[in-house]
Amino acid sequence: MTATGIGAPVKRKEDQRFITGKGQYTDDINRPGQAYAVFVRSPHAHATLKNIDLSAALKSPGCLGAFTGADLAADKVGTLICGWMIHSKDGSPMKAGVHPALAQGKVRYVGDHVAVVIGETLNAAKDAAEKVSVDYDALPAVTELASAQNADQPQIHAEAANNTVYQWHLGDKAAVAAAFAGAKYVTKIDLINNRLIPNAIEPRAAIGEWDAGNDSLTLYTTSQNPHVTRLVLAAFIGLAPEHKLRVIAPDVGGGFGSKIFIYAEETVCLWAARKVGRPVKWTGDRSEAFLADAHGRDHVTHAELAVDANGKILALRASTKANLGGYLSTFASSVPTYLYAPLLSGQYDIPAIYCEVDGVYTNTAPVDAYRGAGRPEATFVVERLVEVAARQIGMDPAEFRRQNFIKSFPHQTPVIMAYDAGDYEACLNKALELADYKGLGARKAESAKKGLKRGLGFSAYIEACGIAPSQAVGSLGAGVGLWESAEVRVNPTGSVEVLTGSHSHGQGHETTFAQLVSQRLGIPIEQVTIVHGDTDKVQFGMGTYGSRSGAVGMSAIFRAIDKVIVKAKKVAGFVLEVPEETVDFNDGIFSSKATNKTLTFPEVALQAYIAHKFTGAQLEPGLKEGAFFDPTNFTFPSGVHICELEIDPATGATRIERWTAVDDFGTLVNPMIVEGQVHGGIVQGVGQALLEGAVYNKDGQLVTASFMDYTMPRASDVPSFKVAMTSTPCPSNPLGIKGCGEAGAIAAPAAVINAITDALGHEGVAMPATPQAVWRAANRSTQKLAAE
Amino acid sequence: MYAFDYHRPSSVAEAARLLAGSQEGKLLAGGHTLLPTMKLRLAGPKNLIDLSRIAELRGIERRGGDLVIGAMETHDAVASSAAVQGAIRGLTELATHIGDQHVRHRGTIGGSVANNDPAADYPAAVLALNATVVTNKREIKADDFFKGLFATALGADEIITRIVFPIASKFAYAKFANPASRYALVGVAVAQAPSGVRVAVTGASAAGVYRATDMEAALGKGWSAQSLSGLAGDATKMLSDIHADAQYRAHLVGVMAQRAVAASGA
Repeated sequence: MTATGIGAPVKRKEDQRFITGKGQYTDDINRPGQAYAVFVRSPHAHATLKNIDLSAALKSPGCLGAFTGADLAADKVGTLICGWMIHSKDGSPMKAGVHPALAQGKVRYVGDHVAVVIGETLNAAKDAAEKVSVDYDALPAVTELASAQNADQPQIHAEAANNTVYQWHLGDKAAVAAAFAGAKYVTKIDLINNRLIPNAIEPRAAIGEWDAGNDSLTLYTTSQNPHVTRLVLAAFIGLAPEHKLRVIAPDVGGGFGSKIFIYAEETVCLWAARKVGRPVKWTGDRSEAFLADAHGRDHVTHAELAVDANGKILALRASTKANLGGYLSTFASSVPTYLYAPLLSGQYDIPAIYCEVDGVYTNTAPVDAYRGAGRPEATFVVERLVEVAARQIGMDPAEFRRQNFIKSFPHQTPVIMAYDAGDYEACLNKALELADYKGLGARKAESAKKGLKRGLGFSAYIEACGIAPSQAVGSLGAGVGLWESAEVRVNPTGSVEVLTGSHSHGQGHETTFAQLVSQRLGIPIEQVTIVHGDTDKVQFGMGTYGSRSGAVGMSAIFRAIDKVIVKAKKVAGFVLEVPEETVDFNDGIFSSKATNKTLTFPEVALQAYIAHKFTGAQLEPGLKEGAFFDPTNFTFPSGVHICELEIDPATGATRIERWTAVDDFGTLVNPMIVEGQVHGGIVQGVGQALLEGAVYNKDGQLVTASFMDYTMPRASDVPSFKVAMTSTPCPSNPLGIKGCGEAGAIAAPAAVINAITDALGHEGVAMPATPQAVWRAANRSTQKLAAE
Repeated sequence: MYAFDYHRPSSVAEAARLLAGSQEGKLLAGGHTLLPTMKLRLAGPKNLIDLSRIAELRGIERRGGDLVIGAMETHDAVASSAAVQGAIRGLTELATHIGDQHVRHRGTIGGSVANNDPAADYPAAVLALNATVVTNKREIKADDFFKGLFATALGADEIITRIVFPIASKFAYAKFANPASRYALVGVAVAQAPSGVRVAVTGASAAGVYRATDMEAALGKGWSAQSLSGLAGDATKMLSDIHADAQYRAHLVGVMAQRAVAASGA
């Protein structure tokens, strides 16, 4: 390992820019002649749009234009898409309603887009937007997931009877039923996976710009995947052909999935730029982020585990209703299906698994991928089941897990996934030691002396990352392939620009990707620049989500570097006047056993460009190579997290006292950044478990529409974390990387809830386990309380 | 935000004239409630009168048996004042836990008391310590000042100039914070004031800050947390929201009252 190579805790190159306020986010960009868009949003969860009167708005001072869904339709602008086809049990394709960028005929959630007003200034646009008069015919709203499919509920989309988008399943139902029939123990639980609102620090923003001279469009936007945005806007929505559309995603302040999707606002800004002949900027405010960013999670699940007399798990089955909101967002259909059920084997050898999932429309904001996307929901099901089962059987929860761990690899689960590598016991052993599991009893006694209840909870999670083998996801319904591209451009002086299809919105790619280049080409890390987020620079890419940029994005760079080295060796051969095949390249030095002369990487780069030592017939000048990398399998990061907490039964306040995380991410490129990802993920998971939860009332109004009511985790809500690693390198990419971006958020919720149930000695605490909920649970045995 | 005229008077008299003479005038005394509502276009005062440059609204001092705090003193100033610490230590603690650093450096005691948010911290202290709210026109006893949610005895052109706290032999405030906003879900202030034992509760009641007379009677007999055993809020009069229903709030009133007494050095 070099000081800046793979495995070195290099400080992030990009932080100088971010910390000193020199980042360039979409809202920092201002284009000449820029105008401002404000969206008129539905105050109703469900209503028929009878009439929209724009006349007063158009007369408002500084108003440059006002448009509705009818204007988009007249321009034949396509509707927003859901890019993953799911088929129901009966083989029928999912029943997706139309998703116009501006509502047509109906609105389907509070915050739905009714009209856009363009103004000379933001205030002029707001003034004009207030003058848009909308005549609604309010309809009853569907807001409760559990009953949304009932026959008496209002119909949200004509295409989807009983508000049901699909009724999907995976696994062998009969085999599972047989296993349950022969089980000694059956554990049954009902779970709610609470709805979360992403709340990246930077709200979404967009600037649409039309170049009348070239008839081309440019969109500056807060995107995790600018090329996919361009593809959808060109091929499906039809705003411009792909070669006449440039999408730039500059510095982006967090995404967590919510900036993967192609939304109404960005689409409308781009379209409106041509309509008004001016660049059009929209910067979402925090209220809009709450209302109209795609939310996450929101499942209702019944799950059961069958266990034999010896404590061996025989089968698992789960039945889930997944809230998809008022429309299908870009990848909404895949999250509660193929990103969920294939993870229900967890770390365990479970011979039979069956899962059925109903995707359901409600009059709420669309729901899509959010940090972990399906895998936190699966982990919560598995790890709650296992914990409850262990208690029911009377086994130590750690030993019950150990007994059922998968112990040899590769391992084919009954639900698609073939785990390639792992050592689950190694993680568990290390975690038990670091958490001082043996000392728990003494610590519980100390807490009891203070009138507090202490509990410890495990979460042994697995996730499928490095998304994903294109052929595999294609066979499951994905509309795209999920490879990644890279281009390595060596300059004549030996500095390097790497163009990547991955996109950094907090992950630190400018550092980690440069570490790979620094190590492999033997050049200082300062000589490497990472370029991303501009479709005019990077030819194509699939973007960053699903913990894929290390495993897939860096692998593409790795392969491109392979090609650069092959070419550089040819150049070196000519310069050293030795046969190419005798040239070695190590630590930045080209050498050959046929000579005692050597060349540095910059010297060879210069020779490649001046081309004095070889003819055009012998070798092309220049040093620039590209590669596309398509993985052969998902990656399977895993780990064991242990949460230890104290509950004040008088108030229900829960304080996390200790957190131990032992993760297996395979190869670590930058352990400091990995640890940061683990910290952030745990905090988001703790947020889900204890604090966060979107609440709609029965009229479909979002009650938690600001930070006054939606509880984000704060530093004071978590202790200092004990983070450690084990490593079984991933065999399906050249670096052995598994991915770490989502692990904490996947692991944490079950660890917290399991710890609370351990402290209270019973099973029923729903997320978020707020003080009120915990107080109720803590006093359930001693107090007669009204129905919750 | 809608357009407005901004005024920055240098005396209370000038501020009062501006307030009386202006159409839809609002006083700016920290702005933590007013400015967000203006940004959301939920409020649109035509005139904003900023009190931050009026010297006579400043000052924290002990005057005989009283602690006097100028209306425009920030929460941070109160939290870091040696005079407050020496006179009523529990008030230091209260101010230290209002909002966050940013809030404490802008928010003021006068702004908080005048706004009378049902979940604000200061009204509980003002009521429990039997303080006097001094305005440009008169002196108002705490018992006569708070009139329910966001309502006070202040007249339309009346400006709080200072709060006079009689120094209590014991005072403490215990807050159970709303997990999201960190306002008081329930906050209880207990005092052995020169005028007697007083207990004030904020955050909990649908009628705003109130005195818990049953707890006062119990503590009058014996100043200890145990004296409050079995006492709680009246669930039929409590606020109810997603964070805490009335029953939980009523329970927390009892718990926080006991903790406040314990913290007072009982």
